[in-house]
Amino acid sequence: MKVLVCASKVPDTTAKIAVGADKKSIDSKGIKFILNPYDEFAIEEGIRIKEKSGGDVTVITVGDDSSQEILRTALAMGCDTAIHIKTNSSPDSYQVAENLAAVAKNLKPDLIIMGRQSIDFDSLQVPSITAELLDIPSVSVVVNLTIDGNKVTAEREVEGGKEVVSLNLPCLISAQKGLNEPRYPKLPDIMKAKKKPIEEVAFIDSGKSVEVLEIHLPDKKRVGKIVGDSDAEISEVVKMLHEDSKVI
Amino acid sequence: MGKILVLLESNKETLKRSSLELITAANNLAKVNASKVAGIFFGNAENIKSIVSQYGLEEVISISHPLLANHSSTAYSKVIEQIAKAEGADIVLFSANATGLELAPRVATKLGAGYIADCTGLQYSNGELIITKPIYAGKALTTNKILKPIKVLSLRPNVFTAVKSDVAVSTSVKEFTPQISDADFGAKVLETKLNEGKLDVSEADIVISGGRGLKGPENYYLLDNLAAILGGAIGSSRANVDAGWRPHSEQVGQTGKTVSPSLYIAVAISGAVQHLAGMSSSKVIVAINKDKDAPIFKVADYGIVGDIFEVLPKFTEKVKAIKG
Ligand SMILES: Cc1cc2nc3c(=O)[nH]c(=O)nc-3n(C[C@H](O)[C@H](O)[C@H](O)COP(=O)(O)OP(=O)(O)OC[C@H]3O[C@@H](n4cnc5c(N)ncnc54)[C@H](O)[C@@H]3O)c2cc1C
Ligand SMILES: Nc1ncnc2c1ncn2[C@@H]1O[C@H](COP(=O)(O)O)[C@@H](O)[C@H]1O
Repeated sequence: MKVLVCASKVPDTTAKIAVGADKKSIDSKGIKFILNPYDEFAIEEGIRIKEKSGGDVTVITVGDDSSQEILRTALAMGCDTAIHIKTNSSPDSYQVAENLAAVAKNLKPDLIIMGRQSIDFDSLQVPSITAELLDIPSVSVVVNLTIDGNKVTAEREVEGGKEVVSLNLPCLISAQKGLNEPRYPKLPDIMKAKKKPIEEVAFIDSGKSVEVLEIHLPDKKRVGKIVGDSDAEISEVVKMLHEDSKVI
Repeated sequence: MGKILVLLESNKETLKRSSLELITAANNLAKVNASKVAGIFFGNAENIKSIVSQYGLEEVISISHPLLANHSSTAYSKVIEQIAKAEGADIVLFSANATGLELAPRVATKLGAGYIADCTGLQYSNGELIITKPIYAGKALTTNKILKPIKVLSLRPNVFTAVKSDVAVSTSVKEFTPQISDADFGAKVLETKLNEGKLDVSEADIVISGGRGLKGPENYYLLDNLAAILGGAIGSSRANVDAGWRPHSEQVGQTGKTVSPSLYIAVAISGAVQHLAGMSSSKVIVAINKDKDAPIFKVADYGIVGDIFEVLPKFTEKVKAIKG
């Protein structure tokens, strides 16, 4: 089976976000970038499928030169080949999906695996758009996947429970935490991954469909009343919740 | 001006509250751009007619095709595309929930529209729709405009308030017959396994979350007691999910769920950035923690510094006294 895994580079979850001078971007100074945590589940699932039933796993990313680092991580985890769709622009999600779909059209993978969301822009759409552009079925937020010949059964998380979805290969799924436990790459594999070639593909720019006007930090004002644990103080908080905030 | 369509989702006999929020949001947009609003409903619209009329929805387009009894993202998105084209829609709204987040990008792509997910604000400025969307799990906010004539959006549940209209409207129901065949059911839901009787954190108006300071799964009864009185849902920090005390579906945070309830009560949660990411858009935040320097207090409206095993039972008693 041929698996294509899509991965993106994101700021570390503890990163402090500061707005850039143009007010339309994030100041990346001092930010440590990592492999999108949901994409770790995607990569792991791809490798497990290969280990179980053969085939190969290709990892692909759309991004600038520094994105190659996450491709190396994916190769060290066990992906066979890597593709870098190179761009220094900051494409919107539709453009990312369009470029991923263009490569997938040539590659013809049986299964495409993505993460549930990229934790930088939380755009929550690349998987469904890519599947739509390729005219293949998809399931998002998958926590359990079984493949039997051509038949795929995916369990996805929905509000208050789970949905069991049936589909056929070729298809696309997006991974949710719980799908598997991603492995840590071993040192010899990290060294080997450094030597593997990364195929570069030109980015196709067909224009944006969404324009960011401004980025700002939230300025939510909080009441900020912090009290001790005496009976009177607890009563006061409950009373304020009832009378001032009117939430109970 | 074209039409504004909203996807209505049912919840047993009634509508999901997030669907009512969409109706109000759409009506507010329609007031500015003088367009008409219609709901799209898969199923028998007679059941929801009275509730949507209270919220001022004048038209429901219903689809009751036998093939569509089970949800299918491929077929449903195709039907919504057909309706949007037939109605000349230029705005289509979804809830940013499991269903909406999966369907909306497909519908947008079919319509050649621009799409933004999980929006928290909509506003017209000089005739232009300005859309607010949080990024970096709420650490920053963006304002955006869509450069395509058709705009598809999914709105974060609990952020837009559902408002009943002053005058009850009479709602007309129009049956739509979609052009679909078996081939459109590439993905099909076989079964939905719901956790009976449990309110999901992302849909609840009040969330009470527990952290590692609870010391073990057996102590969640403390939260359950309060949740029962307030009608809230139980959430968890990742520490407690990783420890196997609670299911991942309850995890709030960057790698869990994003919640914006009216009231969020953090019980013995330190307030790590990844946790704050999932709950900082809550309207009112209460924190109970024995460490006065815990970061959670920095985002709290009300904080009680103390041992939860003493404070929480007292707090619950006092809430009970008020709620009667
Ligand atoms: C990539 C990544 C993603 C993550 N995603 C998430 C996420 O989605 N959600 C999430 O929650 N975390 C997430 N985390 C983990 C996060 O960094 C914290 O480790 C976690 O939130 C801590 O959980 P906690 O507050 O329950 O535990 P702790 O940090 O251990 O805090 C326990 C708190 O309880 C208090 N306490 C102890 N006993 C008592 C008592 N008797 N009475 C009162 N107070 C008491 C303590 O003072 C302390 O503040 C993520 C981490 C990483 C690296
Ligand atoms: N720049 C990118 N390159 C490759 N894959 C991406 C990129 N952006 C998003 N994806 C994939 O799409 C998933 C969902 O991302 P998003 O729709 O941006 O929230 C991610 O988990 C990745 O698998």
